[in-house]
Amino acid sequence: MNKPWNNKAWFLVLPVLALVAFSAAIPLMTVVNYSVQDTFGGNQFFWAGTEWFEEILSSDRFWAAMGRNLVFSAIILAIEVPLGILIALNMPRRGWGVSVCLVLMALPLLIPWNVVGTIWQVFGRIDIGLLGRATWALGIDYNYVNDPFDAWITVIVMDVWHWTSLVVLLCYAGLVSIPDAYYQAARIDGASRWAVFRYIQLPKMKRVLTIAILLRFMDSFMIYTEPFVVTGGGPGNSTTFLSIDLVKMAIGQFDLGPAAAMSLIYFLIILLLSWVFYTVMTNYDAEK
Amino acid sequence: MAATDNTMTASRAPAAAARIRRRGERARFAWLVPTLYIVFLMLPIYWLANMSFKTNQEILGAFSLWPQEPTLRNYAVIFTDPSWYSGYINSIIYVVLNTVISVTVALPAAYAFSRYRFLGDKHLFFWLLTNRMAPPAVFALPFFQLYSAFGLIDTHIAVAIAHCLFNVPLAVWILEGFMSGVPKEIDETAYIDGYSFPRFFVRIFMPLIASGIGVAAFFCFMFSWVELLIARTLTTTDAKPIAATMTRTVSASGLDWGVLAAAGVLTIIPGALVIWFVRNYIAKGFALGRV
Amino acid sequence: MARIELDHIRHSYLAQPASDDDYALKEVHHVFKDGGAYALLGPSGCGKTTLLNIISGLLHASEGRLLFDGEDVSHYPTEARNIAQVFQFPVVYDTMTVYDNLAFPLRNRGVGEAEVERKVRETLDMIDLNDWAHRKAQGMTADQKQKISLGRGLVRSDVNAILFDEPLTVIDPHMKWVLRSQLKLLHKRFGHTMVYVTHDQTEALTFADSVVVMYEGEIVQIGTPADLFKRPRHTFVGYFIGSPGMNVMPVSVAGRQARFGDETIELPGIPKTPMGGAIELGVRPEFVRIGRQGMPATIQKVEDIGRQKIVRAVVDGHALAAVLPEDGEIPAEPRVSFAPEGINIYAGSWRVDYDNAAEGETA
Repeated sequence: MNKPWNNKAWFLVLPVLALVAFSAAIPLMTVVNYSVQDTFGGNQFFWAGTEWFEEILSSDRFWAAMGRNLVFSAIILAIEVPLGILIALNMPRRGWGVSVCLVLMALPLLIPWNVVGTIWQVFGRIDIGLLGRATWALGIDYNYVNDPFDAWITVIVMDVWHWTSLVVLLCYAGLVSIPDAYYQAARIDGASRWAVFRYIQLPKMKRVLTIAILLRFMDSFMIYTEPFVVTGGGPGNSTTFLSIDLVKMAIGQFDLGPAAAMSLIYFLIILLLSWVFYTVMTNYDAEK
Repeated sequence: MAATDNTMTASRAPAAAARIRRRGERARFAWLVPTLYIVFLMLPIYWLANMSFKTNQEILGAFSLWPQEPTLRNYAVIFTDPSWYSGYINSIIYVVLNTVISVTVALPAAYAFSRYRFLGDKHLFFWLLTNRMAPPAVFALPFFQLYSAFGLIDTHIAVAIAHCLFNVPLAVWILEGFMSGVPKEIDETAYIDGYSFPRFFVRIFMPLIASGIGVAAFFCFMFSWVELLIARTLTTTDAKPIAATMTRTVSASGLDWGVLAAAGVLTIIPGALVIWFVRNYIAKGFALGRV
Repeated sequence: MARIELDHIRHSYLAQPASDDDYALKEVHHVFKDGGAYALLGPSGCGKTTLLNIISGLLHASEGRLLFDGEDVSHYPTEARNIAQVFQFPVVYDTMTVYDNLAFPLRNRGVGEAEVERKVRETLDMIDLNDWAHRKAQGMTADQKQKISLGRGLVRSDVNAILFDEPLTVIDPHMKWVLRSQLKLLHKRFGHTMVYVTHDQTEALTFADSVVVMYEGEIVQIGTPADLFKRPRHTFVGYFIGSPGMNVMPVSVAGRQARFGDETIELPGIPKTPMGGAIELGVRPEFVRIGRQGMPATIQKVEDIGRQKIVRAVVDGHALAAVLPEDGEIPAEPRVSFAPEGINIYAGSWRVDYDNAAEGETA
């Protein structure tokens, strides 16, 4: 609040600015440039105006991918957030168990994303995977390669496996910051386990939960590598999310114009979300 | 009044006692939840490790929960074939490069944001954060063209700089949080004692936020290590990351499952090591809520 | 409201305490009378918070029994003991309004909403927060929050006792005084059994009818503020209470006389045969006289603290403090003597009674 005004501070920000300008601003300008032009066979460009934007916004393919993305994000949030809270609440608070839990739980977060895909691809295969074999032995007809429903289940379970720990760690950090006196007061007031959660733990987790939900929403909205490795977007288009579709269009089909237009729409949606995220966060800080 | 109150207390006490006892029992089984979760996390990893010690015949043949004829052949393949182990080295080179670059440029910027107000500071901060939110898929193609123009394709530095897109904002954000926790009086005292800014920053300030630098470096390492889309787009052979080498092998060498599994296991190890070293800081970094 | 009996309570935080030093509470055997206002006074780490938590059930004592009105509650959980406790740092439920905060303990115990309404209104009046009833508890000041914590105890009319764990630590000085007098008033009106933990002697002495002084896990003295002042049972009580603390000097005792260096001091009575340990004479600065009689002294410093003067003197190489009235004169060749009623003899830090009748005076 009482920070001094000093425009010389710009010099300290300059290196970051130069770096991010190089790695973000220039590429973004290229994208904008492509999005309004048409190209025939390489180096000739023609002004195309908003043609590509109209094409993308009126294409079923885009909206279908968008719909899949939204459904996917909703499902994984509905699973990961409650599950993460439940696990964090039951984690040990002191002793050797803390390190063990933290290290083992953080492990999936540090596995390269395509390896995550590979792990689940192998794990779920009906010929060599433990999961595939187990479901098969139980008499469940499970095959993520042919069945869209099974493919979805696999992608969702994989995401839960991969990212629930992030929610757990954030919630855990929020929980350990609650002073003991709160729990003691609650016992004296005769609060039930639910009341302790509702009136002490949940309010203290509010900030980290906001971050967890928004991060998970955003990252799941950008998901590419894991489903690409496991299902390649199939069977059919059933697990083709926006990112997968975009890469297919840009690098696979080399449709630069539509791909660029789609990039921009996609990016704007995420920008809008991050603005909401930022506003919610800063408002919360201001309230404090 | 007092008498009735006391009888009330007495009659209610056993019920309450029973309730708390039940609660105690439930607490006794609390370990079950994280344990089951960890088992769920470890199963797929175990399966991968299990496969990495099997021969391809065994993998495709009889189903077994552990290797019947354990073999290190798959690992031997990786450690003797340069196209395998160089991928491993490439990954580590660009991840470390990126971590160093990100933290180095983020340090002064985070200091500026935490200590001063300046023209456009809020907008700049927000703009930086939006880059953390940018989908890598959007940038894949323009990156390829940009780095081609500079002749940087297939170099470690290209990937390292490209990953700065999301790591620099992250590092600035984490470091700013830690720096705001250091009282401003420390800076002022140092200037009064005649320290120049760079000397103060390196000698006094950086040691104070050492754990913050650790946390920032950890997350930069993590996100650079796990990212593949951009890394693969920008490399062909010389700087190809291990993870990308893996995808190639799946399709090319007729599904060598054993080697694939062994390579997967090897990519898990650096992450596991890093977590082990920073385990005491992880909770702290998350506590700041700045990831 | 209840009579609280601590029956040979010992507590150790270790699973297998080996020696006395492993005990945070060495042995506490004491009764808090129904409706009494007690202060537990002692330095940090003396075991006073441990004792408080044992009463409220947040801790279970390793040994001994706890009785409320004769009923053994040692194994009751906190909520069954029906105790209220106010902590050092205010605990309020941030997301609730002040009203809901106060209603919380009642609702948890399944009290009907009409009764809740009545009790909460009553309590809001008591703690003077009526105007704030429907505000969120979050943005309130520390003293208001502390009042809410107190209110959550008061709202249950049947609480056995209200415990305070250094409740004024984070309160502004001028509000400390206000809150303390409000507490005192509430105690007078409703007669709750109150136990107040503090390390601040002023707080203890103004709040309590009876002060329990603790030192290294033991109760060293229980008494009225006047007792503690006049007859400290332990040299620690002498140091800890009063400002400046009691003067303690090594002596040897023979009959009715104590020898201090080359000087002889007349005692008010013959001490009972000392139990051993170092023999010391304790005298409060208020009982030190400076005049033309007694032991020769050199004056080092005179501190004027308004209505009184504190004189720092040296007698026979030993520092002594004396409190003089503002107009008290110090002669050119000052000598020091002690008022007989203020002289206490200690053996191994514990006070030794006199054999003669002089003892009965304060009882």
